[in-house]
Amino acid sequence: MVDRIVTGAHYGLRGWLVQRISAVIMAVYVFFVAGYIVLNSHFGDHLGRGGLDYYKWVMLFSNPLMRSFTLLFLIALFYHAWIGLRDIVMDYVRSAKVRLLIYVLLTVLLLLYSIWAVQILWGI
Amino acid sequence: MKFKIYRYNPETDEQPYMRNYELDMEAGDMMLLDALLLIREQDDSLSLRKSCREGVCGSDAMNINGRNGLACITKLSTLKQPIELRPLPGLPVIRDLIVDMTQFFKQYHSIKPYLVNNDPPPETERLQSPLQRAELDGLYECILCACCTTACPSFWWNPDKFVGPAGLLQAYRFIVDSRDQATSERLDNLEDPYRLFRCHSIMNCVDVCPKGLNPTAAIGKIKTLMVKRTV
Repeated sequence: MVDRIVTGAHYGLRGWLVQRISAVIMAVYVFFVAGYIVLNSHFGDHLGRGGLDYYKWVMLFSNPLMRSFTLLFLIALFYHAWIGLRDIVMDYVRSAKVRLLIYVLLTVLLLLYSIWAVQILWGI
Repeated sequence: MKFKIYRYNPETDEQPYMRNYELDMEAGDMMLLDALLLIREQDDSLSLRKSCREGVCGSDAMNINGRNGLACITKLSTLKQPIELRPLPGLPVIRDLIVDMTQFFKQYHSIKPYLVNNDPPPETERLQSPLQRAELDGLYECILCACCTTACPSFWWNPDKFVGPAGLLQAYRFIVDSRDQATSERLDNLEDPYRLFRCHSIMNCVDVCPKGLNPTAAIGKIKTLMVKRTV
C-alpha cells in the first residue's frame, strides 16, 4: 500500500464540545467541595458550625444527590481525560497500530475506573 | 548595529551556522529589511526573499529575535541587539532565510480558497450589502506570509494534516462570504480531528500576525457554526 497521508475522519466536534461541557461540570463540583471544606474547617468554627470530621464527611456522601453529583464529576473527568490523552497520543504516537492499542487500553482503564467509582461511592 | 544571521547553503555547508554581521549606522527610522539589504552589500551570498518592501506581499517573513514577523515593517529601533535572524521555524530551509513553503500552500489550497457559486453569473457583479461585506473585515487582509502558521506548534507537529491558522482564517473568509454557496461542504472538509481540531487556541498566531488579524477568533467561529448545525 502506498504510504498516503489521510484525513477527513468527520469527527472531532463532539470531543471538543464535551471537553468544554465537562470542564464546566468539574469546575462547579470543585468549587462546591472546596466551599464545603472551607465552611466546615476552622474557618467555619467562627460561624459556629464546628470543624470537619469523619461523621460529617460520611453524612455528606450518604446523600444520594451528593453521590450522583460525584459520579457525574468523575464521569466528566474521565471523558475529559480521554479526549485530552487522545490529543496527546495523536501528536506523539506516529504508528496507527500503536495509537489504536493505546486508545483501547485507555478506554478499558477509564471504564474500570468508572465501575470502581460506583463501587466506592455506593459502598460508604 | 550587531546582527546574528542564520546561514545554510545545503550545497556547501554540512550544518547550518550563525554568522555575525556589523553595520556602522544608527537605527533611526529604518526598517529591518533596509539593514538586511545593507548587509547584502557586504556579503552578497546572503539569501532572502523580498518584494514589495512595505508589508503587502508577505515575502520577507522571518524569525526576528525569536518572533515571526515581516522584516520590511519591523522597525530596527524596536529590536534588541544583536538582532538574531532565522528562517521561519517548522518549514524546510532552502537556503539561509528562505524556506520551502510548499506544505503551507498545500494546506491553503486544501480549503478551496475561491468562491463557489453555482448560480449563473449575473449581468453585473454579485452584490453584497454593506453588512455582508463587513463580515470579511479582518479576514481578507491576510497576505499569506506564513508568520502565524509557522509559529503554531500544532502545525510544527502535523504540517501534513493540520490546516494551520492561515488556512483556517481563509477557510472562514469563504464560509462567511454571502456569495459563497458551499458552506456545508466547507464545514465537512474541516470537521476532522487533525485538520481543524489540532488547534488548542494557544493564540501564537494572533500574537505574531503582522497584519493584526485574529485566526483564533476565526477558528472559534468555524467551531461555533459546526455546533450550530449539529445541535
